[in-house]
Amino acid sequence: MQETIQINGYELVYKKPSTLTEKPFHYCPGCGHSVVHRVLMEVIEEMGIQERTIGVAPVGCSVFAYDYMDIDMQEAAHGRATAVATGIKRIHPDKFVFSYQGDGDLAAIGTAETIHAVNRGENILMIFINNAIYGMTGGQMAPTTLLEQVTSTTPYGRKHEAMGYPLKITDLLANLPGAYFVTRQAVHSVNAVRKLKKAIEKSFEYQKLNRGTSFIEVVSNCPSGWKMTPVESNKWLEENMFPMYPLGDIKLPKEK
Amino acid sequence: MEQKTNGKREARLMKGNEALAEAAIRADIDAYFGYPITPQSEILEYFTAEMPKRHGIVLQAESEVAAINMVYGAAGAGGRVMTSSSSPGISLMQEGISYIASAQLPCLIVNVNRGGPGLGTIQPSQGDYFQATKGGGHGDYHLIVLAPASVQEMADFVFDAIRLAEKYRTPAMILADGALGQMMEKVVLPEEGSLPKPEKPWATVGKPAYRKRNIITSLFIEPEKMEGINFQLQDKYTAMQEEVRYEEIALDDAEIALVAFGLSARVCQKAVDIAREKGIRVGLLRPITLYPFPKKAISSLADKVNFLLVVEMNAGQMVEDVELAVNGKKPVYFKGRMGGMIPTPEEVVDRLESLIEKLSISEV
Ligand SMILES: Cc1ncc(C[n+]2csc(CCOP(=O)(O)OP(=O)(O)O)c2C)c(N)n1
Ligand code: SF4
Ligand SMILES: [Mg+2]
Repeated sequence: MQETIQINGYELVYKKPSTLTEKPFHYCPGCGHSVVHRVLMEVIEEMGIQERTIGVAPVGCSVFAYDYMDIDMQEAAHGRATAVATGIKRIHPDKFVFSYQGDGDLAAIGTAETIHAVNRGENILMIFINNAIYGMTGGQMAPTTLLEQVTSTTPYGRKHEAMGYPLKITDLLANLPGAYFVTRQAVHSVNAVRKLKKAIEKSFEYQKLNRGTSFIEVVSNCPSGWKMTPVESNKWLEENMFPMYPLGDIKLPKEK
Repeated sequence: MEQKTNGKREARLMKGNEALAEAAIRADIDAYFGYPITPQSEILEYFTAEMPKRHGIVLQAESEVAAINMVYGAAGAGGRVMTSSSSPGISLMQEGISYIASAQLPCLIVNVNRGGPGLGTIQPSQGDYFQATKGGGHGDYHLIVLAPASVQEMADFVFDAIRLAEKYRTPAMILADGALGQMMEKVVLPEEGSLPKPEKPWATVGKPAYRKRNIITSLFIEPEKMEGINFQLQDKYTAMQEEVRYEEIALDDAEIALVAFGLSARVCQKAVDIAREKGIRVGLLRPITLYPFPKKAISSLADKVNFLLVVEMNAGQMVEDVELAVNGKKPVYFKGRMGGMIPTPEEVVDRLESLIEKLSISEV
């Protein structure tokens, strides 16, 4: 039975998880990073694994994740999160290890590390925030940027002739035998947030089994980089991102 | 395996690379991460053969970039870890090494130097002296750098480098070369279990309720904080000066000093023998720690001798540090071979003789 807390006669039904620090998020209003941070930390609190979890935050808007997540963490160089996570996990195979990476980090500069970590079946959780842009450096093209999408380095829209196609790295990774659980989620609606939470829970459960990599893509927004209000960005995301990056499980563990 | 007779450890005949790898296992390395490159692939191969039997971790990474970042992660998580490579691979690691230095993580990096620049040659070289001793990557930092000159030292310096790395929470490098890695010599291996592991209360191991979270980072966005970290690093480098090591050979009555490290020092040792037979009073100072550099020893040596000749397998790199130490007190000359060529002792003696003639101090 959960204890009810009363404040000024009101019953407290929603609060900050104890696994988040007191520091306010620096993320732009409406940014998906904040929601994913919160959901991830809720799961870590509810599963009671704060003492056994080590996170890796590489360069990108979320490089300061360790300011908010009250767990042992390592910052990583741009693109190297899964190599760093591999080093940690090999030293502490009994601990929960996750990386939290942007699209530039995971699917451009760190593509080799990404593919090889999954190919080795590193027993970690990779959280991939796909906002189709380089948020931190001011809105440049990402490997996941959509065709015709305008960014600060595709001022006339992304053209495949010169800049290639949006990279669906998650589908690519799902083909690797080392990938145990691969799913694509979002945080644009309450329902989506609930599903993401379930996926994170499952991933940590799978990590106990030591059967391979769990990979969660979160199709997210970047209101600042996209030059939209948070509400507009969520609408744009539904209309433009989801057709290219449809939500749902891509690879589920084989029932045994 | 080596035999023990009457409690004495017996010498084994080993390649430098293998002696180094075996010493690292005896130094209780938790994990090795590496990528193949000549002339040091035997190190990775040795680990892949031995670590599974001896409860250690070995992982062939997808690149040197990945390998050094695995080292960063594993060292940050409290492991005793190392990597090894040769020149082009060490260049690839530089971003990671800079992060490791800034995050103040102990680890061992081995560079079995080959000739460059570029893909160069697989033959031995000392062309990476600048890269090793001046930092190598971006920002103000140094590695502790030890330069072995024998297979025995390839093994022994593993223990020294790890001890120093852990003492100062800093990356340490063994700067060898292709010849030291490949040649076979007698070696008495260090004893297993003789290097205790220090506490690492800063490591990311999972945050227990009683302490604040541990964060491994090199990001200090406020310039005041970043300058503070820089001061911390510089203080550490100052404190390290007491770790200076060098060897003096036949310097007591010397009028001329050779200065050389690693393989060049071995060549010079032979050159000293030949020159002395010819009546030239020459000795050798061999820096063992390239960083910290034996500045004081070389400065006082300059007070004693008429001139110094620096011999290196590069275009003249350590000679700049020698000149700084001598500070104009005496002439400093340079003799170098490059691109994988090794100077012969005779070449060094020829150079000595022509310098003596030129300086008309032949009455030695
Ligand atoms: C080696 C290196 N190259 C470039 C950068 C600059 N940089 C910082 S973050 C970033 C892009 C981040 O984009 P993403 O990974 O998608 O994360 P987001 O900010 O969108 O969450 C770049 C290019 C860097 N820090 N290091
Ligand atoms: S720049 Fe974009 S990704 Fe970064 S915090 Fe702002 S909205 Fe979020
Ligand atoms: Mg992004």
